[in-house]
Amino acid sequence: MIRFALSRLAQVLFTIWAITVLVFALSHATGSPLDTLLPDDATPEQIAALTSRLGLDQPYHIQYLRFLGSALQGDFGDSLRWRGEPALGLVLDRLPATLSLGGLAVLISLAVALPLGVVAATRKDSWIDLLARAIALLGQAIPAFWLGIVLIWVFAVWLQWLPTSGQGGLRHMILPAIAIAWFQIAALVRLTRSAMLDVLDTEYVKLARIKGLAESRVVWKHAFVNAASVPLTYFGILAGSVLTGSIVVETVFSWPGTGWLAIEAIRGRDFPVIQAVVLFFAVIFLAANYLVDLLYAWLDPRVRHG
Amino acid sequence: MASIAPPLAPRKARRAARRRRPPIIPLALLLVVLIVPALAADLIAPHDPYQSHLRNRLQPPAFWGGSWEFPLGTDRLGRCMLSRILHGAWYALSISMVGIAIGAALGSAMGLIAGYARGLTDVVLMRLADISFALPAVLLVLALGVAWGPSLQAVLIVVAFVLWAQFARQVRGEVLSLRERDFVARARVAGAGHLRILLRHILPNVFNTIVVMATLQIGVIIILEATLSFLGIGIPRPAPTWGLLIADGRQFITSAWWISFFPGLAILLVVLSINLLGDWLRDRLDPRLRQI
Repeated sequence: MIRFALSRLAQVLFTIWAITVLVFALSHATGSPLDTLLPDDATPEQIAALTSRLGLDQPYHIQYLRFLGSALQGDFGDSLRWRGEPALGLVLDRLPATLSLGGLAVLISLAVALPLGVVAATRKDSWIDLLARAIALLGQAIPAFWLGIVLIWVFAVWLQWLPTSGQGGLRHMILPAIAIAWFQIAALVRLTRSAMLDVLDTEYVKLARIKGLAESRVVWKHAFVNAASVPLTYFGILAGSVLTGSIVVETVFSWPGTGWLAIEAIRGRDFPVIQAVVLFFAVIFLAANYLVDLLYAWLDPRVRHG
Repeated sequence: MASIAPPLAPRKARRAARRRRPPIIPLALLLVVLIVPALAADLIAPHDPYQSHLRNRLQPPAFWGGSWEFPLGTDRLGRCMLSRILHGAWYALSISMVGIAIGAALGSAMGLIAGYARGLTDVVLMRLADISFALPAVLLVLALGVAWGPSLQAVLIVVAFVLWAQFARQVRGEVLSLRERDFVARARVAGAGHLRILLRHILPNVFNTIVVMATLQIGVIIILEATLSFLGIGIPRPAPTWGLLIADGRQFITSAWWISFFPGLAILLVVLSINLLGDWLRDRLDPRLRQI
């Protein structure tokens, strides 16, 4: 188990390193940051001074090592758009808003998708199974940003039950959380349903039935616990889709989180902030997947010895 | 010996027959919403998609109290929404097709090479695929978006990046078992070179897999492109991509819902139809891909 954990950790660190190279290469592939930092009529002396201060006269590998060194200390430089603010500080300030929204979205998707998937599998071809399959199909076909706009139109503009956008309390979080959860519900329902169908067909579930156990006990105690490892693998992907969803949905609902910050930074060509967001998101995503891998290996010995 | 297989129950038989029939409704929807508009928007659109009719700004659709001159209403500059959506189909179709072609070709080539060569080549290529999987596409989008601004190249690179690793893994897995089969050994004895064995003997056997995967990914790519254009980091203005049309309608959500609604409905119908078509194609050509 420990060997498995360490070798996976090495892979994660290697991937993070690869991402730092990618981020560094991209930010240098597009002309020098001097154009955005200096006015058009800057004198040659000003240009030379800033070039040497930022270390842009050094060879690329030295520049990369300097970038890596400061990034490891959490220093991505100051934001260009929000003058004087450190880039990582901006990201961390916005993080709680994103995490609370993402957390609510994950709760909603689990609360809806797991029961629906289990019931759909136990009553195959009933109306509830048809509903589950319809949701799974529609979930892949509806773009999250459009769903967000339609939700605003129906629940905020037409019915006037909930606010259209902005931050403040649970009422503001319901619509954006549903917009993020929608895609996850579709995927989780599909996975849970097919995993349950497989498990319900096994010998030990038949034995439990022959023993005369109550059907609810057979389904939830014997079948679901064994089927649950399949949706569990999906949790790593879930972390990714929460991050992706946050960027799109926060923009639609003007929710002041990290995703919205990222879009604002792109519009303002704010390299330091984008670098901080990309690396920060990558670390969160990889850490979530690492934990899922460990949990999975712990539950299923075949994984850690395979 | 005629009846070795037990006869299917009537209900199951009916369902099996339904599976074999091509899905007519999705095919028809695809033609009407995507393919015909993409190829002939100039002929069927009632107006020029860029032409403003300033006296007819924010007109509602015909069935919502508007006139039949603008069947799906107009936007803030009085441009005909139906014409803009019809012209947008071209971007959805061409970008998803070109993107899939690049991603599938690149990924399949990597998968063929990795599975056939094995050894170090295989290890390196599959580790690269792992890294691609580990990186959410949105991060690359952010990085490219700030580096290049909105552009067609950035969109195609992101699409290819999202796709290649999936094709590479699947194709590699099949090549690993195919290369041990007798027909490959015989081709080698007959004097065929590596390239010939790969292209003439192995590739045809994985081709169905590639086609099915490509079909199942078209919907994903259409939504990805729409999302990028919606965020302003996809296809640049003024191209009337569906994502951009939805973004333009966002600020009028309280007064003119139709601007955002109909382009999104077009995406929904197209992606739903393609996915149904892909499921059918998978059941016909390559049922082993079920789990994807």
